[in-house]
Amino acid sequence: MLRIDIEACIGCGVCEEECTFDAIEVIDGVAVVNEKCTLCGSCVDSCEVDALSIEQKEKVVQADLTEWSGIMIYAEFRHGKVAPVSFELLGIGRQLADQQNVPLSAVLLGSGLGDAARDLVSYGADIVYQVDDPALECFTDEIYGNILEDVAREQKPEVVLAGATAIGRSFIPLVATSLATGLTADCTQLAIRPDDGVLLQTRPAFGGNIMATIECPHTRPQMATVRPRVMKAAQQDPERKGEIIDYQPKPERLQSKVKVLRNVLEEQDQVNITEGDTIVAGGRGLDNEKGFELIKQLADAVGGAVGASRAAVDSEWIAYPHQVGQTGKTVNPKLYIACGISGAIQHVVGMQSSETIVAINKDPHASIFDVATYGIVGDLFEVVPKLIEKIKERRG
Amino acid sequence: MNIIVCVKQVPDAKDVRLDPKTNTMAREGVEAIMNPFDRHAVEEGVRLKEHHGGTVTVLSMGPPQAEAILREAVSCGADEAVLVSDRAFAGADTWATTYTLGKAIEKIGPFDLILCGKQAIDGDTAQVGPGLAKRLNIPYVSYVRKITGFENDAILLHRLMDDGYDEVEIPLPGLLTVVKEINEPRVPSLKGKMKAKSLSIKTLNAGDIEADADSLGLPGSTTQVVKVFAPEFKGERAMLEGTVDEQVEQLVNKLEPYL
Repeated sequence: MLRIDIEACIGCGVCEEECTFDAIEVIDGVAVVNEKCTLCGSCVDSCEVDALSIEQKEKVVQADLTEWSGIMIYAEFRHGKVAPVSFELLGIGRQLADQQNVPLSAVLLGSGLGDAARDLVSYGADIVYQVDDPALECFTDEIYGNILEDVAREQKPEVVLAGATAIGRSFIPLVATSLATGLTADCTQLAIRPDDGVLLQTRPAFGGNIMATIECPHTRPQMATVRPRVMKAAQQDPERKGEIIDYQPKPERLQSKVKVLRNVLEEQDQVNITEGDTIVAGGRGLDNEKGFELIKQLADAVGGAVGASRAAVDSEWIAYPHQVGQTGKTVNPKLYIACGISGAIQHVVGMQSSETIVAINKDPHASIFDVATYGIVGDLFEVVPKLIEKIKERRG
Repeated sequence: MNIIVCVKQVPDAKDVRLDPKTNTMAREGVEAIMNPFDRHAVEEGVRLKEHHGGTVTVLSMGPPQAEAILREAVSCGADEAVLVSDRAFAGADTWATTYTLGKAIEKIGPFDLILCGKQAIDGDTAQVGPGLAKRLNIPYVSYVRKITGFENDAILLHRLMDDGYDEVEIPLPGLLTVVKEINEPRVPSLKGKMKAKSLSIKTLNAGDIEADADSLGLPGSTTQVVKVFAPEFKGERAMLEGTVDEQVEQLVNKLEPYL
């Protein structure tokens, strides 16, 4: 709890101004704390006479877990549109909310949101808390984290979900630590245990060689980031009704010490390998940078992104953002076509959860064939051009 | 610039498998290595020190054997090494880990910059860096792929995003997590190896860091593992046969739903 040393307090009111939750007021020249206090500690830092302190008991015992109710998702919004993973979160979120018979809410942060909140409602959100502010134009952990933290403290959802994207995996740990609760990264399955309403969060570990189911038994909210492209997206219903609330953050919560000076997009169609349905990836078998052009052509033909093994990236045939595997990105597209990739475990752990895997390699013993749905043993310089030709024929 | 680099000893992922029958982890003969991303964090710390002066302290939380990776980091240019080790830390999730590391860092003393790898390859959570920054109340940037400048107590850098990168400025003290693209780690020098061999590693236990016993290890964790199991692989596995043309024809037929 918050302790106020009434001998030291001079009643200056700095803490009252500092408090985000209207939990302190100066009465008769002394600060008094009320039940809205969340022990965030900002008043303690602001006090010039050191009259405030928080009893340091790190083991968090939250008053009553049943006070926390509802499913909340963070809806990612970038470059004028809602990220696809948000609709997947609404899909799984709706399922969990219906099971618990609680509302599903979404927190939408960005600048120039337009009709995005209404879209979220049509995909299943009962309530959307939106903040449309120029300070949210570029992603910063601090501001995004502040707002999600504040909304969660006020609304007390039992579950908070976000996409396991670069953004989600960067700022959600900040929110969980601020809320003093547990967080499970990169979940591929979520279910609520009917007996006690605990969220069972299943995720791959050790690069996908092991699956683990994790729970957060004593603290709320139960937080998880969810791997994109695993959950089924919600169905849109344009007639669906929901509430859209313009959430007003305190101005100081819109300040970030970290500044984003510039946002640089890279050939978006081929580089964003974590979001596309199809990835065509190349490895050492391409021989050189020129050979790698073939991968790009096949990617173009199937409308996919370009991936690469570490060998191809280390040889500088293609940039690191394309790297799939243990020291690159983990992907799970519907279709993954591996060309000239031997299938070292470090690569396989990054793509083995793809729905369908095609491997083309001249070595019949290449370990990539162990995880391939369809394998072709052959010279990729012969196979791939024919494949491109055939696909173009099909697609007209 | 006083730099602290957090490093973790992990089992080499290629060796880790779960026995589907017994559901136990086959750890026999599994090699323990420095988390690959952390090697890049050490390298970046050493490069910053070489350009701007200061010291690099490597910090690891783990069993006594984790000393090996601290010595490896020293052989690659780190100056000091601290191991936080106590049986009470066992079973810590990222919440209890950031508490422990935060307490250890308070003990180590003032710093300007903390560097971490973007994630460890055993847990793959990527949560310790950001969580630690919050514990220490300092700003952070994740997925740093390039440091472009250091002026007026702020670092300029490129942060990797899903669709490109951001040019970012972070004031110090701060924390960065790095991706492997940031640099090519050096091989240990002979001088470094000598130093690593003779350096005495400072070891801190739960009492030394004045930790609250309830906040450590499994009892101090917010999450608990309920079940561990081997992943299932589904679907057909087929090697296509015939001439190249026939194989391509079959493949395109199979892939019809995706085209």
